[in-house]
Amino acid sequence: MKVKSPLEIYNFLPRTNCKECGYETCMSFASHILDRSAKVTDCKPLVRDAEKDSKAKEKLEKLLELTAPEIAEVVIGVGSSAIKIGGEEVLHRHELTFFNPTAFFYDVWDSLDDKKIDERCDRVVSYKKFYVGKYLTLDGFAVRCTSNDPKRYAEVVKKVAGYGKPMVLIALNPECMKAALDVCAEQRPLIYAATEGNWKEFLKLALDYKVPVVLRAKDLNLLKSLAVTFKSSGVKDIVLDPVTEPLGEGLQGTFERVIQLRRKAILDGDKDVAYPIMVTPIAAWLIEGDDVTKSYWEAVIAGIFIIKYADAMIFHSLDQHVVMPTLTLRFNIYTDPRTPVQVAPGLREINNPTPDDPVMITTNFALTYYTVENDLGSAKIRAWLLVLNTEGICVEASVAGGKFTASKVKELINETKIAEKVKHRYLIIPGLAARLQGSIEDETGWKVLVGPIDSGRIKGWMEKNWPPKK
Amino acid sequence: MAKRFTLEDFLALLKKYDVEVIEDVKIDGDLEIELEGSAVDLTAFTALYSLLSELGNFLYHANMALTYMQRLSSMLGIQMPFQLQVPTQIAAPVAKVEVPAKPAIPEKLIEARFEPAKVEYTGYIEEVVLGATRADGGTRDYVIKLGGEKSLPFYIFDKPQPNLPAIAIDVFDRPPALAKAVKVHYEDVVGSPAEWAKKCVKKFGADMVTIHLVSTDPLLENTPASEAAKVVEDVLQAVKCPIIIGGSGNKDKDPEVLEKAAEVAEGERVMLASATLDTDWQRICEAAKKYGHVVLSWTQLDINNQKMLNRYLLKRANMPRNSIVMDPTTAALGYGLDYAFTNMERIRISGLKGDEELNFPISSGTTNAWGAREAWMTESPIEGDTPWGPRELRGPIWEIITGLTLSLAGVDVFMMMHPLAVAVLKEVFNTLGGKVKGGVADPGKWIFAEV
Repeated sequence: MKVKSPLEIYNFLPRTNCKECGYETCMSFASHILDRSAKVTDCKPLVRDAEKDSKAKEKLEKLLELTAPEIAEVVIGVGSSAIKIGGEEVLHRHELTFFNPTAFFYDVWDSLDDKKIDERCDRVVSYKKFYVGKYLTLDGFAVRCTSNDPKRYAEVVKKVAGYGKPMVLIALNPECMKAALDVCAEQRPLIYAATEGNWKEFLKLALDYKVPVVLRAKDLNLLKSLAVTFKSSGVKDIVLDPVTEPLGEGLQGTFERVIQLRRKAILDGDKDVAYPIMVTPIAAWLIEGDDVTKSYWEAVIAGIFIIKYADAMIFHSLDQHVVMPTLTLRFNIYTDPRTPVQVAPGLREINNPTPDDPVMITTNFALTYYTVENDLGSAKIRAWLLVLNTEGICVEASVAGGKFTASKVKELINETKIAEKVKHRYLIIPGLAARLQGSIEDETGWKVLVGPIDSGRIKGWMEKNWPPKK
Repeated sequence: MAKRFTLEDFLALLKKYDVEVIEDVKIDGDLEIELEGSAVDLTAFTALYSLLSELGNFLYHANMALTYMQRLSSMLGIQMPFQLQVPTQIAAPVAKVEVPAKPAIPEKLIEARFEPAKVEYTGYIEEVVLGATRADGGTRDYVIKLGGEKSLPFYIFDKPQPNLPAIAIDVFDRPPALAKAVKVHYEDVVGSPAEWAKKCVKKFGADMVTIHLVSTDPLLENTPASEAAKVVEDVLQAVKCPIIIGGSGNKDKDPEVLEKAAEVAEGERVMLASATLDTDWQRICEAAKKYGHVVLSWTQLDINNQKMLNRYLLKRANMPRNSIVMDPTTAALGYGLDYAFTNMERIRISGLKGDEELNFPISSGTTNAWGAREAWMTESPIEGDTPWGPRELRGPIWEIITGLTLSLAGVDVFMMMHPLAVAVLKEVFNTLGGKVKGGVADPGKWIFAEV
């Protein structure tokens, strides 16, 4: 955003400290707007005044403009499944954070038979991967027109729209695109793509149907010209595709173009290219080789551009060796580095444990905690789980770094009064903390058992080791 | 009809959109045009129109204004050089050129030029040479150079990248605990570090090998340093690439082990892994200096600790600047990779901006990726998960994406294990480094073709 200090925002606020926004002071609210944890429109007095008074309205609009993200935000889809892309502020995540994760669209095409289309769609909508306390899912569909038949394309788009996920419509032929928009424009699909050859027709479609549009050109002068033309004709929701070339110099060129686009927008503040960027890992399927080679390369291309600035992507492979690493990488890169990923320390009761059930300990690093909690849940193990405050550091690093120590374990045992809840004195520690076995026994007087290195193996371990042999 | 449109309004509108050329139009009189008509010097319209038509129909507002002019002119009964059929009846307003509810589609693209942003760093990353050939007192066939960057990794459009990242494959002096997908590639050489090293170089294309002297750990075989040093000699005999020597991670024993290894590798310019804040780094550095080696400065995901340790190595141990490589710790994809990535990226950017305590090449223990359960487990232990698919395919890509991510943060040398992951990452580095010619004929074919 244009403003760099909370004071600049504060001057626009009522300065009454009315707390309606949920913050104690207008100044505090201003600093939350600055780091984007609060929205300008959360200031109710400002919004109310703007409704009554044109001067106040101007002021609000000015503030909204000053605090708008560097990269435009574009919404694809409607309702609860709609996704927002773009809205970024920085080139490196440590400078603030990245905001809207790269949207992942998976292709279906209209020359497939209906049964196969349903199969692919089902795989996309039913996909789930547990990670850090919740399930990761896929965002939507990219419906490709391979038939070049407007009627068939519209039919397939309508069918896919029935799955209720955001869509990218992919057809360079304006007639096909128009037919598809006639059946689904109100679902706000992203249309792909306006090129040097068809831009007039696509500009008309974007205006007529009020849908976001991808502009596609390898030459950045041309891409910018397209963007300027669309914008001055009244199209606000623009996505830029500098063309993903999957191999060799082509891929290095793609890397350069994507970086140049984003740097120009962020460093030089050039609003004519400050739009979300589309990258298409699906282009990997144009290279020579078997399916594994192609799908690996698709994951590689995706990996490069999840890190470097892609806001939306089109994939072909639904195989786990492509989906799982790319989804995980996206989560990692878009995790807010300002807030440590941790859970509250203390005692958790898993599956209603009894006084005879085991006591286990893990760290408060969110990933570790949720993994252990879920593994115990899935394996239907009853347990008392102690969560040690390692300041959000995982087991291995916290043991090495002195954040997982015998004395801290003792404190936790005392604080949670776990000794009053169980009849035994056995504590199971993570396999990666094995070297603390002796010191924890000395410090706490509890008998320490070394559990498996990965909690996914806790079930097998329990069968052998619990209840402990006297 | 009370609707009015003054020429002043029109000119102001055009001016707002930087259509300055219109200012040169000479219009007589202080004009105000009403639809009923008035005494106007009508030649002004012709001049105005010809100018507008030169400007092209590139502005919605210009178009709209033009439409007004058209209407006026038709109402006033003036013929204008329009292509469009101008209706002559006042009662029937222009059929095709009515005041647009939506902006008009311009005839031509508005030309814009893209000028890339200029980014230049004042600092640079030190270049560190690993290995020494006969000319330099060693017996290696070639050397590997790390670092030397003056821009972010693979930003060859900013500055050429003198050295692309190198890959070292891990070799162990005792059977290690490995994921099955990795183990199958080394089963025939486990137990013989020399054969293992050969396989890495000859079969899997490693630039270097890392011999990990894990058996020296007092909690394991407690192999004496002098015996471990023999393994180092064997490996130096077996392969002619530069090598890296790792201890067991036992902070009390490692200095002794690395010292002995440094001695037997004298002149070969190996990298000693690692000096850490809680080992006797002074002793490791002394050995490195005495026998002409490089030291790996290893800290745990903390830029400040990295800076501190580097400072100790530079100021207290007097290590030459060209003999330090850093390992800021690698966490696997899904298991803290975000920390590792950002930590390394911050270190690299600080180095490029001129921080002389952080401008050293970076090393990554990418094999750590195999600790992720997604890389090695047969199936998900979580009930609700979509089935994970064959682990033979999941494992290598986990190592690839972990390495790829960190290469974009600035890693210069990767310690890895799976041969497929090694091959793919090499291809990635060569591609992003601008060393792979060609591409596909039509990168847009996926748009309309079945793939």
